[in-house]
Amino acid sequence: MSKGKLALYWAASCGGCEIAVLGIDTHILDVAAAFDIVFWPCATDGKVRDVEKMPDGSIDLCLFNGGIRTSEQEYMAQLMRRKSKVLVAFGSCAHEGCIPGLANLYNRKVIFDTVYKEGSSTFPENPKDFRPQPSTDVPEGKLSLPIFYDTLKTLDQTVEVDYYLPGCPPEAKNIWAALVAVLEGKLPPKGSVIGVNTTVCDECPRKRNEKKIKKFHRTWEIIPDEETCLLEQGLICCGVATRAGCGALCPQVNSPCIGCHGPNEGVDDYGARLMSALASVIDSQDPAEIQRIIEEGIPDPVGTFYRFSLAASQLRRGSKRAVNGAGTVKHVAQEA
Amino acid sequence: MENDKFEPRIVGFLCNWCSYRAADLAGSARIKYPPNVRVIRVMCSGRVDPGFVLKALARGADGVMVAGCHPGECHYIEQNYKAMRRFYMLKHTLVAMGLEPERIELVWASAAEGQQLAEAVDRLTNNVRRLGPLRWADNWADDPQREEALRHIVHEHEEALEVS
Amino acid sequence: MKRISIDPITRLEGHGKIDIFLNEQGDVANAYLQIPELRGFEQFCVGRPVEDMPNLTARICGVCPEAHHMAATKALDAVFHVDPPPTAKKLRELFYSIFFATDHTTHFYALGGPDFVVGPTAPKAQRNILGVIAKVGMDVAGKVLKMRRDGHELIKMMGGRPVHPNWGLPGGVSRGINQEQRKTIEQLGRDAIEFAKFSLKLFDDLVLKNTEYVKLITGDVYVHRTYNMGMVDANNCTNFYDGKIRVTSPSGKEHAKYDPADYRQYVAERVEPWTYLKFPYLKQVGWKGFVDGEDSGVYKATPLSRCNAADGMATPLANAEYKRMYETLGGKPIHHTLATHWARLIEILYAAERWVELATDPEITGKDYRGLPTQTPTEGVGCVEAPRGTLTHHYWTDSRGIVTKVNLIVGTTNNNAPISMSVKRAAEKLIRGGKVSEGLLNMVEMAFRAYDPCFGCATHSLPGQMPLEVNIRGPQGQLLERLTQYVG
Repeated sequence: MSKGKLALYWAASCGGCEIAVLGIDTHILDVAAAFDIVFWPCATDGKVRDVEKMPDGSIDLCLFNGGIRTSEQEYMAQLMRRKSKVLVAFGSCAHEGCIPGLANLYNRKVIFDTVYKEGSSTFPENPKDFRPQPSTDVPEGKLSLPIFYDTLKTLDQTVEVDYYLPGCPPEAKNIWAALVAVLEGKLPPKGSVIGVNTTVCDECPRKRNEKKIKKFHRTWEIIPDEETCLLEQGLICCGVATRAGCGALCPQVNSPCIGCHGPNEGVDDYGARLMSALASVIDSQDPAEIQRIIEEGIPDPVGTFYRFSLAASQLRRGSKRAVNGAGTVKHVAQEA
Repeated sequence: MENDKFEPRIVGFLCNWCSYRAADLAGSARIKYPPNVRVIRVMCSGRVDPGFVLKALARGADGVMVAGCHPGECHYIEQNYKAMRRFYMLKHTLVAMGLEPERIELVWASAAEGQQLAEAVDRLTNNVRRLGPLRWADNWADDPQREEALRHIVHEHEEALEVS
Repeated sequence: MKRISIDPITRLEGHGKIDIFLNEQGDVANAYLQIPELRGFEQFCVGRPVEDMPNLTARICGVCPEAHHMAATKALDAVFHVDPPPTAKKLRELFYSIFFATDHTTHFYALGGPDFVVGPTAPKAQRNILGVIAKVGMDVAGKVLKMRRDGHELIKMMGGRPVHPNWGLPGGVSRGINQEQRKTIEQLGRDAIEFAKFSLKLFDDLVLKNTEYVKLITGDVYVHRTYNMGMVDANNCTNFYDGKIRVTSPSGKEHAKYDPADYRQYVAERVEPWTYLKFPYLKQVGWKGFVDGEDSGVYKATPLSRCNAADGMATPLANAEYKRMYETLGGKPIHHTLATHWARLIEILYAAERWVELATDPEITGKDYRGLPTQTPTEGVGCVEAPRGTLTHHYWTDSRGIVTKVNLIVGTTNNNAPISMSVKRAAEKLIRGGKVSEGLLNMVEMAFRAYDPCFGCATHSLPGQMPLEVNIRGPQGQLLERLTQYVG
């Protein structure tokens, strides 16, 4: 029986998904027996030119991790889509932008203005205001660099995606289960997230009672007890709005869930879900008190509600009209 | 012929028992108020998911109103308090994302308060008109150099020396 | 000129390409290692609660998230002016030693090692972990897989998850270990010591006894005489978790020894227009270009550098291996870049010995794994040795503990200048008269692989610091003006 062709590629990511794949341990040999790995820059020596020469659709499965931050990464997303029968958005970055998506609170121009005004004593002078050029002349010829987009995109905002595997990174057992599903031809309908349909709370061993929160605590303010639900103790545990599949690992070392497995089935804005959940446990009916609880306990709502999912949220990014520096937002007047 | 003047597009989520009836009342009492609000009737302000507001803003609304019964008068007892908590949580987030706080409002209006609802719509519409169009989707428009940059990559790859 | 492009570079963490320009004779006119990736951590972490930093910065790199997590956690101690209790510090160093041994194992067997195990010019399809397994056999492969499995299981046991742990807090860690876990950790630590010894023997048999490889290591292609940097304890022995930063000169003399919080007095950064990655150099020596020598501020921060910057290893077996390496290669310091692979294996042994030392410490199962901060947060520096070099996190916050500014100098960034020099030198010496093959290009790539680069780590910063050079040329092509611009 002939082997299938497998590719793994990384865009704006950290390499954790590659390590997670290696976490399937001895199953890596099963993978090697079933597939020829035709492109995997982290671990093998195939080059982009090799992929460009492959016939379209000749790669059976491509696991694509990382968000789309630059023109080069968009090019690679288009290339891998063209060459692959099945394209999987692998891990949180490809699925919903992940933590690098928080750069969507800023943009190139704002940073440039800040750097230009502040200046720095280590760098040579920089008096002129040029737009970025993708090409630099050196004595021997031209060197090219890709352009940086103002907004980080998810994989499905760039090309058509067949499946999603959530998690930052996905847990090794879920990766192996997904590979088995591919090999056995037992995948869910196209466009699905390969994961369970419940939240982390279902996997968490802590005891749950009714939640009545008068104050949200920062993690360094209290030492939680080891048995009771962390949200109940006033810590912001994102497990209430996060897809299960990890085994609720973080609460088991006394750390609140930070939401890396993304939203549950059927939810199209993770932050909206989490906002709703936290709003419903606030124990107050007084408008002033409610606002105080929110503002004191959640000083960084975007980072809390959209830590992994900003790029995939309904609004996708911060407003480019608002100047964001040092965590505060100033509104610039609308031009006529 | 396109009208030069900007007319805000505002989405309003009005609860069936109080605020929607207030809007009805304003209509039958011929109270004048701006026609800019597109009304969506929900059974209760507590039905309003923050996601509804986000979707409206993402898809072209310049402002959003959520309207319900006065605290203590909710047809479903307490759900407008949930709406209130959710709304504050959402507004806190939207401001941090750079949305002007005047674009979204939470309004309480009982079934008899057609005048008050009309005034609220008037106030929100004027605020949004003053702030101008939101056009949130413009925030993620493609970089103007994108196509050129993508073409350049192909060219750069083809130009390099082949080595086997 | 003709341009060869190695795109992408492979068997490392991160993205890059090498452009090699050949002149008319077919010799290398120049070679440029360009890093085209950036994500912007130093900017988008502004506005975040500082306690999120261990989790946010872990996503700088999924191969060494524990390094960022630990540097960030130590920075939190400094920001909140809190000193963790003894058990907390020991737990952190134990966790860190386990991580170090595991990460170095991954690099040797999956990333850099295949070039030696299967051969630098072996067919492309074999130059990877699967080729290594095919060459060394399932028995050995089983050992390697066990080491990685054990390491990640323990990282998960202590830190919550096998990749991207969620554990560090100002004043300690979120959970300690019980006696049963301690026993498992100790046992697997003893296994790790055996594995490290085995790996050093494998290196001996496969590399040091192969005259071709020894020529490659000690020859002219992969060598640079630069300063070396590493973290050392009070006895000037390498310590990965805590200590002072020591820098030694190309001739082996101590140039500086400083508290990590004072890093800005010793290290500055430089910008070149053809890559997004900056070039740190020693401020007091000064930038003289991409050159070797006592007068050049270029420095390396690699496992070999740590060995060069220290006087020895703090544990007995590793110290013996340390001495053997220097005896074999002609004394201190060693400037042969490929010897970094050897130094890396010695560090696995040290990490494993330290692992067992800490796992058998009576305080390790203590309940004082966390103290609560009491002071208002302000500013702080956290520094550890990442497997790829000295890692420094520096945060400033407001009185609520919301981040207002971030500065990071990351492991691989330290090595940007020497890596660029190494790539250029290898290209110049290997490619002559237009004769170039795929295998030769891989040997050029070996020049950077020894550093175990992590360009995802290195390119954390946002385009705001990106330089662009625009050349304005006259009608005859003469250069009229060169303008350097910082683009964002």
